[in-house]
Parts: sequence; structure tokens; C-alpha cells
Amino acid sequence: MVNLTIDGIKVSVPEGSTILQAASEVGIKIPTLCFHPDQSIKANCRVCVCEVEGNRLLQAACAMPVFEGMVVKTRTPKVLEARKTILELILSNHPQDCLNCIRNGNCELQDLAQEYCIRENPFEYKVRGFEKDFSTPSLFRDQDKCILCRRCVEVCSVVQSVNALGLEGRGYDSMVVPTLGKALIDSPCIMCGQCIHACPVGAIGEIEQIDEFLAAVANPDKVVITQIAPAVRVAIAEEVGMMTGEMPMGTFVQGLRQIGFDHVLHTNFTADLTILEEGNELLKRLKEGGTLPMFTSCSPGWINFCETFYPDLLDNLSTCKSPQQMFGALVKTYWAEKMGIDPANIYSVSIMPCVAKKFEAARPEMNDSGYQDVDLVLTTREIGRLFRMSGLDFSRLPASDFDSWMGKYTGAAVIFGASGGVMEAALRTVYEVVTGKTLEDVNFVATRGITGIKEADVDLDGTVVKVAIANGLANARKLMEQVRAGESPYHFIEIMACPGGCIGGGGQPITKANVKRVERIEAIYAEDAGLPLRKSHDNPEVKTLYEEFLHEPLGHKSHELLHTHYHPKNKKFL
Amino acid sequence: MAEEMRIVLRNYGKIAPLKIDDYLTQGGYKSLEKARAMNTADLIAEVKKSNLRGRGGAGFNCGMKWSFAAGAQADQKYVICNADEGEPGTYKDRLIMENDPHTLIEGMAICAYAIGATQGYIYLRGEYPFLISTLNTAINQAREKGLVKNFDIEVRSGAGAYVCGEETALIESIEGKRGEPRFKPPYPPSEGLWSKPTIVNNVETFANIPVIIEKGADWYASIGNPAYPGTKVFTLTGDVNNRTFFEVPTSTTIREIVFQFGGGIPGGKKFKAVQIGGTSGAFIPEALLDTPVAFDSMSAIGATLGSGATFVIDESRDVVDVATRIAGFFEHESCGKCAPCREGTARTAELMEKINEGRGSNKDIALLEKLGNVMSYSCLCGLGQAAPAPVLTTIKHFKADYEAKFM
Ligand SMILES: Cc1cc2nc3c(=O)[nH]c(=O)nc-3n(C[C@H](O)[C@H](O)[C@H](O)COP(=O)(O)O)c2cc1C
Ligand code: SF4
Ligand code: SF4
Ligand code: SF4
Ligand code: SF4
Ligand code: FES
Repeated sequence: MVNLTIDGIKVSVPEGSTILQAASEVGIKIPTLCFHPDQSIKANCRVCVCEVEGNRLLQAACAMPVFEGMVVKTRTPKVLEARKTILELILSNHPQDCLNCIRNGNCELQDLAQEYCIRENPFEYKVRGFEKDFSTPSLFRDQDKCILCRRCVEVCSVVQSVNALGLEGRGYDSMVVPTLGKALIDSPCIMCGQCIHACPVGAIGEIEQIDEFLAAVANPDKVVITQIAPAVRVAIAEEVGMMTGEMPMGTFVQGLRQIGFDHVLHTNFTADLTILEEGNELLKRLKEGGTLPMFTSCSPGWINFCETFYPDLLDNLSTCKSPQQMFGALVKTYWAEKMGIDPANIYSVSIMPCVAKKFEAARPEMNDSGYQDVDLVLTTREIGRLFRMSGLDFSRLPASDFDSWMGKYTGAAVIFGASGGVMEAALRTVYEVVTGKTLEDVNFVATRGITGIKEADVDLDGTVVKVAIANGLANARKLMEQVRAGESPYHFIEIMACPGGCIGGGGQPITKANVKRVERIEAIYAEDAGLPLRKSHDNPEVKTLYEEFLHEPLGHKSHELLHTHYHPKNKKFL
Repeated sequence: MAEEMRIVLRNYGKIAPLKIDDYLTQGGYKSLEKARAMNTADLIAEVKKSNLRGRGGAGFNCGMKWSFAAGAQADQKYVICNADEGEPGTYKDRLIMENDPHTLIEGMAICAYAIGATQGYIYLRGEYPFLISTLNTAINQAREKGLVKNFDIEVRSGAGAYVCGEETALIESIEGKRGEPRFKPPYPPSEGLWSKPTIVNNVETFANIPVIIEKGADWYASIGNPAYPGTKVFTLTGDVNNRTFFEVPTSTTIREIVFQFGGGIPGGKKFKAVQIGGTSGAFIPEALLDTPVAFDSMSAIGATLGSGATFVIDESRDVVDVATRIAGFFEHESCGKCAPCREGTARTAELMEKINEGRGSNKDIALLEKLGNVMSYSCLCGLGQAAPAPVLTTIKHFKADYEAKFM
């Protein structure tokens, strides 16, 4: 342990700690901008500077290691003046656009401007005036608001191994730019949206489609229906000032009805369905010597990644569409028929933790229902805004239940929201299908958690199935390289593009630290544990769907509506 | 009366640079042999005792730096010679490399032995392509004669950016990355090139080593200013009669540099100011000319010794205009990594232009001072920390010149 004094308070911290860490031990808050708890030290914004006795230079608290006997002062006039001046410098070319900004109220720079009483900036106000980049259907970039902290660059290269963002120019002309092209769409970007979480300000955000939703609600001819992805419920609470996982499902459903949805259904229904299709696909491949390992296909960021970087492995991808797209195809066929609604009038909205889903829904091949299967994707954050706009008080909303048909689900579907969940759900079903026995303990704990790569051997009555799970695409890349080299020992691999799985998706409430993701994962498994049905094949509505409509997994109708093929993305850089 | 004393330039004009036998005749590579006969701890202790301090600008005790790298455990260590010499008006490193390349190689080889490195790099200023073959020829000669044994040196051409002279930016550049400084610690002697212990020293620093080993630490420590002993090469530019170079003990005063060695101001004009240490050096007025050029005495007057570049201006020059141009230089050379320098150099340049064009006021001067001070202790690397010095010192010493610009 190292002993030091911060603002007169004695503190002992482990060797190698930074001033910032030591200060937080004793409740002293030091402002930061480039610091990110899960990233490497950048030390480039300098707003965290402090005085260290014996040193003429101020030291960056986020970077400076403590030493025995160190005396730190975090709020001397010299320190405060330096921080304020640096903020003024940063703000002098930053658009004064808070009122219109997607991060208004949730912006690290805005918070600091407030805390440091920035009033009249002494430096001349000079905005660079770059054009905003709206080239992708998932996320936009507003270069003018970029404060060059580089957190997005790191997440895109280190966590995702995509390298879609890089630095260009020097000095005052430095910019974070899409690599290999002027627009983000020309870069290798796979639209996961992790850079949105990494960004302290409003320089990157989701393509917001609230107005499209409101227009559909206003249109009397439209039947506006929604499906909710499993990861959304645990996080939506955060958007309305509740603790993670605290909003009961019934309250959430009521909230959605209040903001104008005519029918509230659940993606969990098709998550269960996915398990039956994908589980049977796996068994078929195992039996018939199909391409192995089979990869899950429910994460659209991962699909984009596979198409872009591993087009040679597309045959390994399960042909199952993601639950969102299965749902989209069924709502305008099966459900419409059952409800007696003209599918042409259905406006199908999905509520997703994900921005890549916006891209997926717009894929031209996703029209097997005869219409674009999903009309609009709203992220958890956008729903949060709609809730706030509508002035809902969630502590008093009466609970409501999902509509019947495509609203029922099991715990197996709920855990789709966390890394390892699809695998666990599949194993619960596959085990029973293969062995014909009842699974005594449905918990496959080895598949759970935020660890980058997890693996497990599952004994299916003598046949051992080897599985692996990766979250974050840099981890996925490691597994893919093994497959490409012909050295993969696995039969089945689950990949989620986002760290922690969908609960950490690019459309979730802004999530700076992985500890938040871990909290959401816990909430997901708690929900699963509390449900009466926890195996997808026990979902009664899914059973009915097969009896009435699909007839059998992997059958003719399934192939028509629920399966697809992906194609290499011939990006010019490859 | 101060006198020239040649240590690093001892062979200047006396040998044919690319005749290794000439160098050997002058006692060349004897020091390497002698060093190799010592145990490394004694060798480093000797360098430490000489109190040789880095000639690249930061003035760190050379032997001390080596001891950190020597003490670090690693399978590989590196010796890098900083020959980036990006400071306008400076050419002392070029003089050494051009006229006596073997002295540099010998100094580096002694360092390599001391810390246990087998690979060296010379990071050569991009504008010195003509020196690549000189250095490579000399390296080959030393190798062929078996003088440097298992130590190999590669010449790397610089990226042309001023900031790449900063040791960690230089390392990044050798690693093929954007030439930007790293946060320190870790310092290069513990984690440098490819994260291995690395010594980065200036050309002039290395060139002192063979002589220190030959004549002993005590001899060296007794030359010049005791706190910063030895000699320093100065290169004179601007309004002086002798725009030349010379090597003098560090006890020499600024006045002697300008008026004795420099021969004073041409055309009977009066002295206005001198900037020492390169573009980021302080402007020093007449009243402070009796300061010795040694590192700490310069620090005491808020100036730096830096590379020893000396730029003299006479009374006919417009200091505000000069400082404005310098501000423009730093706006251009900021690497852009850290906020106070990236934005601050640009704002400094903007405010200086405003004043220089007659649109300024005392408010702008006050803002420049605040900004300059904040930059000097908040920026990530030496570039941003030193960049405000010309502005701050001209405001301090020549305020009237600024005020004369107001309309
Ligand atoms: C902006 C900047 C530029 C520098 N340029 C040089 C240079 O051109 N040559 C040099 O030797 N040192 C330069 N330095 C100093 C180096 O970072 C480092 O301190 C030096 O190479 C160490 O060698 P020394 O101990 O022998 O002086 C520069 C420092 C900064 C901050
Ligand atoms: S990024 Fe932050 S500070 Fe900038 S306009 Fe948006 S909310 Fe305001
Ligand atoms: S969305 Fe994902 S892939 Fe695209 S730039 Fe952001 S982090 Fe990189
Ligand atoms: S876009 Fe955001 S995360 Fe990326 S460098 Fe700019 S401010 Fe930082
Ligand atoms: S001080 Fe300037 S040159 Fe140094 S790291 Fe910061 S921006 Fe780059
Ligand atoms: S938070 Fe420490 S320098 Fe940015």
C-alpha cells in the first residue's frame, strides 16, 4: 500500500493506483473528460490536473501514479484556474448547441461547463463548421462537437477490432475521421454503436426516429404494434430515474400503450422461436455433417462484422434471422391473419437495445412478409425520451399485460439479452430434444458473465458438444481466426457484438462503465429465475404457432419466413 | 575573458570524418575498449560522477538515466540517439555527425555496454538525408573492424515533425505510429521502444561520453559551471556579426556569447534581446546578459539553455512581430493530442495576430498571460509547456512594444 495525502486527507491505496483512484477513495471528485474506466490512460484533455507538492507542473490525476508521501492538492486557485481555462479553450470551438443536442442533460462536457461556472468565454467563439455525417442508418457523427478525447477510437479498435475511426491531421486541425473514406458508411463500421457509449459528448449518436413514430401514431390508418427486445426492460428503468431492472414488465407495457402503441408484443416470443429453429439447425448440422462450428446470428453488428471481415465463414452462420426479423416476418403474416388485420396497415416498430438493428431492419432482403418486415426501430434511449415527453409517472402507472399471440415468453428468451444467453437457452432445449430427458438444473452458469470469451463442454447423454461464447468483436475475432485456421475445437459459437451482450448494446442508456453492464446482466438472470417457464420449447404460443402455421422447425414455412442468407460486404479496403 | 574549449567538437577539422583510421589515430574507440574493461556499475558511476547532463534540452543527469535502464530487467534494451534536431537555427548535432560520426557511435556503444543493449537507433532529422550515408558508412566501418561487437545501429529518418524530437514521440514514430508524446511515467529507461528499457540521449550528450571515459569524471566535472559541467555548443543566428558556432564551457555568460564570440551587433545598432534554446526559448533583455548559460542559472531567470540555439535581435526589430511568428510556428507544430496545447497554441497565435495588427488591448495581453501560464504547467509535453515562453517573456520585458501596437 502507498500512503499519500490529498487535500489534507490521508489515504492508503494499492501501489500503481492513480491520483484519481486515490481521490475517489476519500470522496474527492476530480473532473475528467478523456478518462474512461475501461480504457487505457489517455491524459489528453488535462481537465483533471492537480498540484503535486514539489512539482512545478500540474499533474493529470487520471494518469499520474501515486507514490509514498505524495502530497496532492486538487482545488487550489492555480488548479481551478487551469481547469477552467482548459474548459474555456475546449468550449471556444464547441457548438453552443446544448438545447438541440442529443446529449443535452447527459453530457460530460456540459456537466463540467456547469460545475466550473463557464459564463462568458474570453476566447473568440469559432466553430469549425463541419458537415454532419448521417451516412449510416444507425448512427450519426457531429464532428464539430468532438473534443478529441479518442475514447471512440479506442473502443472501435481495441474492443471491437473494427478500426473504423482514426485520427487525421495535426494540431488544431486534428480530427477523428472514418478510416478509408469520407463518410462512416464507407468505413469498415459495423454499426454497433459502442462509440456512442464511449463518447463523453454529443459528437456521436443514434439516428433518432421519434418523429417517424409520432407520425405513425397520428395516422388513423395505421395499426402501430411493437415488439420489445429482452435487454430493453432491465435498462429502460435507468432512462426514467429508476434503478436498473426496477421497472416491472407490466408497468413498461402500460407505458408503451400510453405513448400510442395499439398492440404490445414481445420479441421474446421469437427469441423462443429462434431457439427451436436454431437448436434444430445445430442438431441437423451435427447429424448431417454440416458446416461447423455454427455461429449464432442474432446480433446484427456481428452479422455486419462477419460479412465484412470473415466473408469466407458466412456458411458457418446459422441461417436463422434475428428474433427481431423473425418477429417482423410473422407479424405481417401469421399475426395479421390471426387478428384479421390487413398487413398493409400494420406499422411494425421494434424497441431494441441496438443501433445496428436499425440497419438490419432496413436490409432490402428483409421483406419476406411481402412488406418491409419491420418498419421502424427505436432504441431504449428513444423510448426513454418518448416516456419523458409523455410525462409518465411510472410509480403510479397501473400494470398491463402483453397482447395475446406473440406476447408470451420463457426465461430462455429473457436471457438472450446477456452474453451467453442464447447459448444457454439453446442448450436447455437441445438437451431435452437430444436426450429426451427433463433437464433438472436449467442453469448453465459457465455461459454467463461479461468475460470476453467463455467456453463449456456440454454432455448430451454421451455426446459432448463444445461451445464458446464471445462478446465484443475483438474477442469474436480471436475465435474466428481459429475457425479460419481450421483449429476451432467448437461445435457452436455464440457471438454478441457488444460487450456484455445486448444489455450493453449501442442503443441502451449511455453506459460509460462495464460495471453498469454487469448490473444489467444480473437483472436479466434474476428475471429468468423468477419465471415459471424457462425453456423455449415450453412456450405455449410457440407450440401453437408450429401447430397452426409453421408445422415443424426448419420446415417449408420457416425457411420462407424465418431464415436467410448473408452476403460478403465487398468493401474496397479488403 | 571566456575561451573556446572543444570536447564534442575535438576532432572537427582534424580528421577526415569517414576515415576511421583518422579517428583511431586520435585515440578513437580507446574509450569503448576502456569502458568494456570496467564493470558496468563502475562505468555508470563514472558517468554519473562526471555530472554530465543531457544536451537535448531537459538537462537530466546522464549517468542517472543510464542506471535506471541498467537496473531494469528485460530481454531486450535499446539505445536511441536523438538526432532530430528540429529546432530552427540549430545545427550542432549535424556538425558532430558530419565531422565526427565515430564519436557518436562510440558514445552510443559505451551506453549500450553500460545498460546491456544490443540494438541502437539514430533518429535522424528528416531534413538531413545527406547524413544517412555518412552515418551508415561509419557504422559499417566500426562493425567491420569489430569495434562495436554485438551492438548494432540502425539509422531511422525522422518524420519531419518538430514534436518528434520529444523522446516518447520519437519512440512512437520509430514504432510506426503517429508521432505523439506519451504520458510519462513510465519513462523510457523503464518502458521505452516496444515497451523495453530504452535510453534516449542527444547527439551532443553521446559525443561527450568517450572523452569523459578517457579523461575521467573528475576532470569533466571541473569544467565550466559545477551544476552543469562541461561545454556547450552554441549556434548563433540573427543580428550578430559572427553567425557561427562555437563550443564553450558552461560558465560562459550570455553576454560573452553574444558580444565576444558573436562579435556584437552589426551596423552599430543596439542590442534588443536574445533568445536562447530555440524557438521556445525565452527572450532575454540586456539586464540579464551576465547570466551564465548553464542549465540552472538559465532556469533561475526564467529562461532555458535548450539546444544552445542563440537568436539575437537588434533594436530595429519588432519583438511583437517576432513573437507573433513564433506563435504561428507552435500552432503549426502542436501535435494536437492534448487540449490546452492544441487549442491554446491556436488561441495564442490568434491573440498575437490581433495585437500585432493593431486590434489588441490590455485585455488581450492579460488573457495571453493567463493562457500562457496555464499551458506552461498543464500541457502534456514539453512542446506545449514551453511554447508560451516567447510570448510571456516578451510581454514581461517589452510590454511597451506591445502597448505601442494598440490603436
Ligand atoms: C518538443 C520537443 C522537442 C525536442 N526536440 C529534441 C531534439 O530535437 N533533439 C534532442 O536531443 N532532444 C529534443 N527534445 C528533448 C528530448 O525529449 C529528450 O529530453 C532528449 O532527447 C534526452 O536526451 P538528453 O538527456 O541527452 O538531453 C525535445 C523535447 C521536446 C519537448
Ligand atoms: S455535446 Fe454536450 S456541451 Fe456540446 S452541445 Fe451537446 S450537450 Fe452541449
Ligand atoms: S459503430 Fe461500432 S464499428 Fe462503427 S465506428 Fe462506432 S464503434 Fe466502430
Ligand atoms: S467523437 Fe466523442 S469519443 Fe470520439 S474523440 Fe470525439 S469526443 Fe471523443
Ligand atoms: S503539449 Fe502539444 S505537442 Fe505536446 S502532446 Fe500536447 S498537443 Fe502534443
Ligand atoms: S481526464 Fe485526465 S487528462 Fe483527461
